[in-house]
Amino acid sequence: MDIVKAENLVFEYIRRDEEGNPTDVTTALDHVNIDVRQGEFIGILGHNGSGKSTFAKHLNAILYPTEGTVYVGGMNTMDDDKLWDVRSCAGMVFQNPDNQIIGQVVEEDVGFGPENLGVPTKEIWERVEESLRAVGMLEYRKKSPNKLSGGQKQRVSIAGVLAMHPKCIVLDEPTAMLDPSGRKEVVRAIRGLNDVEKMTVILITHYMDEVVHADRIFVMDKGKVVMQGTPREIFADVPTLEKLRLDVPGPTRIAWELKKKGLPLPDGILTAEELVKEIKKCR
Amino acid sequence: MPLILDHVSQVYNADTETPVRALDDVSLVLPEGQFIGIIGHTGSGKSTLVQHLNGLMLPTSGNVYYNGRDIADKDFNKKELRKHVGLVFQYPEHQLFETDVFADVCFGPKNMGLSKKEAELAAFDALRKVDFPNELYYASVFELSGGQKRRAAIAGVLAMKPDFLVLDEPTAGLDPVGRYEILDMVSALHKESGMTIILVSHSMEDVARYVERVIVMDRGKVAFDDTPREVFTHGEELEAMGLGIPESTRIARMLKAKGIGVDPDVLTVTEAADSIYAAVTGKDK
Repeated sequence: MDIVKAENLVFEYIRRDEEGNPTDVTTALDHVNIDVRQGEFIGILGHNGSGKSTFAKHLNAILYPTEGTVYVGGMNTMDDDKLWDVRSCAGMVFQNPDNQIIGQVVEEDVGFGPENLGVPTKEIWERVEESLRAVGMLEYRKKSPNKLSGGQKQRVSIAGVLAMHPKCIVLDEPTAMLDPSGRKEVVRAIRGLNDVEKMTVILITHYMDEVVHADRIFVMDKGKVVMQGTPREIFADVPTLEKLRLDVPGPTRIAWELKKKGLPLPDGILTAEELVKEIKKCR
Repeated sequence: MPLILDHVSQVYNADTETPVRALDDVSLVLPEGQFIGIIGHTGSGKSTLVQHLNGLMLPTSGNVYYNGRDIADKDFNKKELRKHVGLVFQYPEHQLFETDVFADVCFGPKNMGLSKKEAELAAFDALRKVDFPNELYYASVFELSGGQKRRAAIAGVLAMKPDFLVLDEPTAGLDPVGRYEILDMVSALHKESGMTIILVSHSMEDVARYVERVIVMDRGKVAFDDTPREVFTHGEELEAMGLGIPESTRIARMLKAKGIGVDPDVLTVTEAADSIYAAVTGKDK
């Protein structure tokens, strides 16, 4: 079953002048069709202003379509009666960990979501424990979030979402504010969720190397989906990605340069290990 | 005039049982005209360090000298110092507050006491230097893209005509092309005006590609201070500090370990590709 299905999704912002009269309409999403199956790891790429975050905000009914339909867990997000079901189906993690953590103690913060959903106390503690374990933060359960690094805080935010037992987790540039080791921790935690817990993951990012292990990638530009495919397919087309203000992972870029010089390398090399293996064959 | 940090320490909670040494005996000379990168993981002291460069923080021990004078002296003119050392914080667009871009960029020079006309000339000059699109000079800051906001904020500091421009992660949150555009612009500023640029960054690739000197901060101390090529020979130590080496360098070293004669000290994609090509084919380029 599709966990997420956007059909001809259109979203328009209406600008108004000081008297409140409409002056301009901006189409932020322009007939977007994206489907995500249970258990998939989906990457969404696109330059600033391409519509990625606007799309994400449709997945838990922060925004509603101007036209078209978004189904989350089979429910239409426009259906007011299902608002809370939609939100507990698709959990969101945002860029800034400091805006998402409210508890004084890590385990209280993670327990806040399920408590708010009315989950019985005993089960809340079970969920807190399993969620913190899933992101490798169980040993910090009694700590104050203030004492944690950016990467650790972001993993606590993810645990907070997990504790609400969503079917799908949507992360909007979760590593943009982190240092390299923080980024690595968070990416490892996200991959673990998908590999081990079989959680459906939708990762929006500007870092190309974070989506090389995704099942599929959607590339957005001017509110439209302009490319979709496996990472190998997407990153094989360096010129198009550059036109879209994007990049390719470092190893892919080196392979591309070597191919231009005439080395017989295959398209779509994604990791350093693959590149080294292919270069050895060239000798 | 160089900025000199002489045995600078910054200790929080000094009189408690758990003092925090945010800066621990840091000595540095930052001469005019260099393009310097500062790297270090979160909490390594890099943000504390840059706040000492224009007197936003004063050392708890040690001294910071500008123009041969101690900036902590009572009669030292800090306002004058802030004219010469411009600081652009992370997410500087949060600090844009005027009704339009031009008014915002004029604010700094006006505040420094320049006449309206002088301030406007300085603002035009600064907006031109950051390649800000002409047609958006009078746009509301809310109408700008992420990269344009960043440029407007940098122009606001440049309008004060600093000798030192300190940028704390100026590319955070920008898309890949936006990152290169900002760094290319900063690099051009450095080349054309000879301004000292101090770039605080989380990206080893950016540091390898743009700067001539890297200062590595770790637990409040200067761990390394050298050219990028020299600093990135210390892969394991950097790894232990939560940092790393540029991916191109890492790949070159993996190949070297497999017996392919690649230069293990390459820093950029172009250097790596050239060296790998030469090693595999026996030909240059």
